[in-house]
Parts: sequence; C-alpha cells; structure tokens
Amino acid sequence: MSDRRSWPLFEVFVRSRRGLSHVHVGSLHAPDAEMALRNARDLYTRRQEGVSLWVVEASQITASSPEEKDSFFDPAGDKIYRHPTFYDIPEGVEHL
Amino acid sequence: MNTRDYALSLGDDALVAAQRMGEWIAAAPQIEEDVAVGNIALDLLGQARSLLTYAGSLEDPVRTEDDLAYWRDEREFHNVHLVERSWGVLPERPRDFGVLVARLLVLSTYLCELYDRLSTSTDETLAAVAAKAVKEVDYHRDHATLWVLRLGDGTEESHTRMQAALDAEWPYVAELFDDAWVDPTLVERGVAVLPSTLRDPFDLRIVDVLARATLHLPDVAAAVGGGRRGVHTEQMGYVLAEMQHLTRSHPGATW
Repeated sequence: MSDRRSWPLFEVFVRSRRGLSHVHVGSLHAPDAEMALRNARDLYTRRQEGVSLWVVEASQITASSPEEKDSFFDPAGDKIYRHPTFYDIPEGVEHL
Repeated sequence: MNTRDYALSLGDDALVAAQRMGEWIAAAPQIEEDVAVGNIALDLLGQARSLLTYAGSLEDPVRTEDDLAYWRDEREFHNVHLVERSWGVLPERPRDFGVLVARLLVLSTYLCELYDRLSTSTDETLAAVAAKAVKEVDYHRDHATLWVLRLGDGTEESHTRMQAALDAEWPYVAELFDDAWVDPTLVERGVAVLPSTLRDPFDLRIVDVLARATLHLPDVAAAVGGGRRGVHTEQMGYVLAEMQHLTRSHPGATW
C-alpha cells in the first residue's frame, strides 16, 4: 500500500433480482478481486439494490472504441428487415 | 446487576466502538475503505440504539437512548477498554490502519460468538437484537479477516505493523471474557451469556486467521481492565467529549 493510487480499477455489475441480468453500476478501486467484491457490496448494494454482484478488473475488458463507432454500428441503421415488423401478430398473443 | 445493566454494558460496547470507528471516515487508505468502515460503524450504532433503548425502557422513570448516550458521565459507562482506545501504536502515527484491522478482528470475532449465543436468550428482546446483529458482525469479521490476511502475509513492513498492532490490542482482549460483572442468576435464567464460555471458540477462530496470515498470537500480559465497573482509560474522556458536546452545548436542539 506504499502507493495507494496503484490499486487497480474494477467495474461493478449488480443483478437487482432473480431473473434479471447483471447491469453495470459503476467502478471502484481495490487491492484485489476479493476485496473489490466487498467494496462493491458496501458501495453499491447498501440500500438493497441487489441479490448478486460481479466485479471485473477494468483492464480485462475489451471495449469498442469511439473511432470504430461508424463502422460498427451505422451499417445496422438501414436494415429495417432485421426487425420483426413485417408479421401480423395473431390475436391473443401477449408476450411477443 | 439485572437485565438492564447487562443490556446497558453491551450497548455501551457497541456505542463507543461505533463512535471511535467514525474517526476513520475520510482517513482510511481509500475512499472505498472509508465507506466500508462507515458501514460497520453504523451497524454497531444500530446495535447500540436497540440495546440502549431496551436498557432505558427497564428503568423507572424510563430513559431514552439519547438520554443514555449523551447525558451520562464517564463513570456511568460500562464498555470495555478495548473499544475506547485511540488508534495509534506509535506517537508519530496516531491513526494506524493496522490497529483498526486488529481491533475489528478481535471485536467482531467476540461479537459473533456472543450474539450467536445470545440469539437463544430467554429474554425475547435481547434474543431478537442478537439475531439481527449476528449477520452484521459476521460480515465485519469477514472484512477484518481479509485485511489481516493481506497485511500479515503482505510486505515485510505490513507484516511488522500488523503484528505490532495485534500486540498493542491484545492486553485488552481478556476483559471481554471476564465473568465478574455478570450476575450468575442472569446466566442461570438463560438471559445472559457467561463471557468466559466464549473464549475457546474465540481463540479457535483467531488462531486460524493468524496462522493463515503468518502472524503469531501475542504473548502479553492482560491490562488491568475495569470498564465494566465504570473505570476507564484516559482516552475515554476524549471520546465522550466529542460525542456529547453538541447535545450538551445546545440541549434539546433538533434539525
């Protein structure tokens, strides 16, 4: 702990209740993953926000970069046939 | 000595421990640890509130938790010395994180055993308070254990300081297990727990943690004690001054 700023950054994911996915809620510093999980418990679930926690060291995440935004996401913009909007939904089908 | 006295002593332990731990908020190694210690202090404060409210309700006339926390003087507090002491080992380092970790390990391990046993007390209120608190102190113990492992089995400096902190706290451990202040009839009636019966399970857990942390059980003589009789160390006056001055300067103030 001689250099306290050298603690790695962890990203925190909380599942708010059974059946839902873990959602990113923020980040924190911790000396290791086990402590990060405790810190996450104290910082992000102290008001009963969750039933499950993940922590991931931020450096382990591979993310798309802003420069790639055009080639990554724009091509999907005019492909309306990828949306299931050309079907008639039979009456009585609720969960579609 | 009656149920009121018993609840009051346990409440004072929690209250003074919480007050002392509050000093770490904005002073821990990282902001994440500030929050962790703050949460632990608030858990202890919650236990103190329940226990003091119960103790006050058994008095005639009844006193509130605030009456008991803010309007008693030093000799009327019955907490052990462990929880009232300041956080330093060396004068040049008045707030040593190792001391916080050592004290938290000792206190939470003791409280885990105490509340676990007390949750089956024949006194329904004490049993209910203990049943809620045991989950809280179990987490405190987990937090302290993780830090003891990392500091004890960390660098040469962290190991030396962790051992020094344990050595500094250890003389105050024996007072936790002193039976002299507990009325035997309270134990016979199943209201109170005989403190000395908590010592073996306490030692088992501590020895296990210290062994994994490459630390050794301190071999030091017990301090004199006296907290249960209202006799306190020099440090206690400072704790009370900080805790009580606002209420006493502005009686009845609300916000």
